Amino acid sequence: MENFGFSILKERHIDFNTNSRHIADYISEREPSFRICIECGCCAATCTTGNFTSFSLRELQILLRRGENDKARENINKCMLCGKCTLVCPRGVNTRNVVTLARQAFQKFKADAV
Amino acid sequence: MQFDPFIIPFNIGLYFILIYVVVRSVRWFSGLSRANKLRLQRGFFGKAFGQSIKEIFLESLIHRKILKSNPRLGYMHMSLAFGWFLLILFGTIEADVFGAHHLNAPYKAIFFKFFYPEHGRLGFEALYSFLMDLILAFILSGLVLAIIKRFSSKAVGMKKTTKLRILDKIALTSLWLIFPSRLLAESLTSGAYGTGSFLTGSLGSILASFLPANELAYPFWWLYSLSLGTFFILLPLTRYMHIPTELFLIFARNSGITTGDQPGAFKEIQVYSCSSCGICIDACQLNFSAGITNIQSAYLMKGIRNNENVSDIAFNCLMCGRCDIKCPVGIELTPLRMLSRRAGEIVENERSIIKKYFPDRQPIISTRPASDPSYGFLKQYEPEKTDIIYFAGCMTHLTPSIKNSMIKILEASGVRYNFLDEQGGVCCGRPLMLAGEDREARELINHNSQLIWKSGAHTIVTSCPICYKVFKESYYLDVEVLHHSQFIKNIIEDGSLKLNFLRRKVTYHTPCDLGRGSGVYNEPKDVLKYVARLQETRFEDENSLCCGGSLGNMKISSRQKSKIAHDVVAELTKDNPDIVATSCPLCKKTLSAATTTKVADICEIVADSIVNPDIKKKLTEADWSFKVPAELHD
Repeated sequence: MENFGFSILKERHIDFNTNSRHIADYISEREPSFRICIECGCCAATCTTGNFTSFSLRELQILLRRGENDKARENINKCMLCGKCTLVCPRGVNTRNVVTLARQAFQKFKADAV
Repeated sequence: MQFDPFIIPFNIGLYFILIYVVVRSVRWFSGLSRANKLRLQRGFFGKAFGQSIKEIFLESLIHRKILKSNPRLGYMHMSLAFGWFLLILFGTIEADVFGAHHLNAPYKAIFFKFFYPEHGRLGFEALYSFLMDLILAFILSGLVLAIIKRFSSKAVGMKKTTKLRILDKIALTSLWLIFPSRLLAESLTSGAYGTGSFLTGSLGSILASFLPANELAYPFWWLYSLSLGTFFILLPLTRYMHIPTELFLIFARNSGITTGDQPGAFKEIQVYSCSSCGICIDACQLNFSAGITNIQSAYLMKGIRNNENVSDIAFNCLMCGRCDIKCPVGIELTPLRMLSRRAGEIVENERSIIKKYFPDRQPIISTRPASDPSYGFLKQYEPEKTDIIYFAGCMTHLTPSIKNSMIKILEASGVRYNFLDEQGGVCCGRPLMLAGEDREARELINHNSQLIWKSGAHTIVTSCPICYKVFKESYYLDVEVLHHSQFIKNIIEDGSLKLNFLRRKVTYHTPCDLGRGSGVYNEPKDVLKYVARLQETRFEDENSLCCGGSLGNMKISSRQKSKIAHDVVAELTKDNPDIVATSCPLCKKTLSAATTTKVADICEIVADSIVNPDIKKKLTEADWSFKVPAELHD
């Protein structure tokens, strides 16, 4: 690569060549409402787990869509599935099913995880 | 004439099914846990025996529960089951009394007319054949209803009937053929010999007038025997397996065996006891509100029986328990569904014919892989020592008016309490259980249990029926668990809370987890009667509807949920109440989105009507200040 004298911060870098969106595809195939999320953050604001940690469903949605699965995998099991996010969602995303499907997908694709 | 080759199919079928049922029962018995084996033995040789026999007579033969709820459907089931039973019973007596020998082989009773065509001409014999004809007519009337039901289920008062598989259809056809072929065979024989009573006799003489009755009778005896034989051979592979299984189930249940949360032989017994009658389909709101017709309990049971992957069916359910209440066999459908949820996805595989007759034992341990502990971030702390813990629950935090009303009531009642999750607590664990993640739920349960134990409280009051159910069933705590409706009723009755009567008309919506789930029907209504005028709706108590917002369903879309909510609200507001009352924050939230009528939790209504001594005091103070000074009078 050409050296231009400046570099890209690693954490600001979304590399779609190496990221894999298979988890997001798995979810949106089974729960189509995953696609209509507008990332407003209502879910994160009301989250029971978010009260104790920095867990945020909005962040999780974004990470999954970008295919940055490693960070999503670290956090996905923190959800308590209490369902408050489903109730506050202005778009009617079935968030509980999104989380369970994500967990399933991570279990399923565990073997080929990087 | 003592033997004829046409009885062979019947004999093969009969002895096959008798041996099969014995072998299967032994397998089930050996599959029960040690404690349950002891229970069953004690139940079989003890007091429960009489009760079981009574239940078998009333439910398996008479079908009392179906008769009560739907007389036409009940009559159909009764005429086939009870009629057939009577036919066998009286047929055996007939063969024993009027036959050449006593204690005949079963086929003598079933094909009595063939072997004794001259029987039934005079006196008592004629009276007896009249009785036999009457029983046959009784069965045939039910059969006519059954055939009509297949084409138009509305005719027997059912909106939907179960869809069948090919084997079920073959078995159904052979069952349907049994009685008409008996009728024709007996009629033709009677016609040839000039015997028979009002049914077989008259039909026989008509047929004999223009047909060679004696020659035609023989093929129909063959048909009768063949259809019986086919039915018996296919019975273990079809829904008709419920006939022998239900007997075992009734004995097991009356001995005190319950599903609990362990899969095993009792689960299998219940799954095979399902007759796919389809009453659960009619009861299901997903059917009549959301138009989903392939996930009801009958299909779940059928899927489990056929070793299919039922996880999609298992998770698409409100878990409201309406089918549990309606099930005429009394199968614990919701606990069975929870077990299927925990098992997760099952790998489907084609089974050999022997495996179909003798399926493998249900695995005891869940096949879902265990993952690492998820909630390590939860930190224990020392809660304040107190008498009563108030646990609002996640849903109550979303409806702050319920929380604030409860605080007002708790303050007004003057008890020493601690608001455990004031700053947002940990989930109770039931939502995880509903998603089939029991191990994760256990982590949360342990966390909450320790907090409650450390606080030294003797009572937990919760505002959320979901929490209430899990506190009651899955927390092993030595404290009294109360839903706020029970708590409010207690403090009203012991005089610590004084209430005004509001001039409002109220209908009450029973939440699923509180009503059918935990059996709390009357306390919320009693509380409402103190403060408002309670109106009846069409769906009360056990028959109450689910609001549609249930956390039980992981699959349905928000549109389908709101469709259910709209239908429920339409029922609740039929008599134009001022307030739709409920006692669940989730129901409140779901219902209020679907109506313009005010929806309120009972604690909000109660908090509104608290007699507030402070106000009176302030009024008298105000009177003082407005007193006209004495000097102005002059």
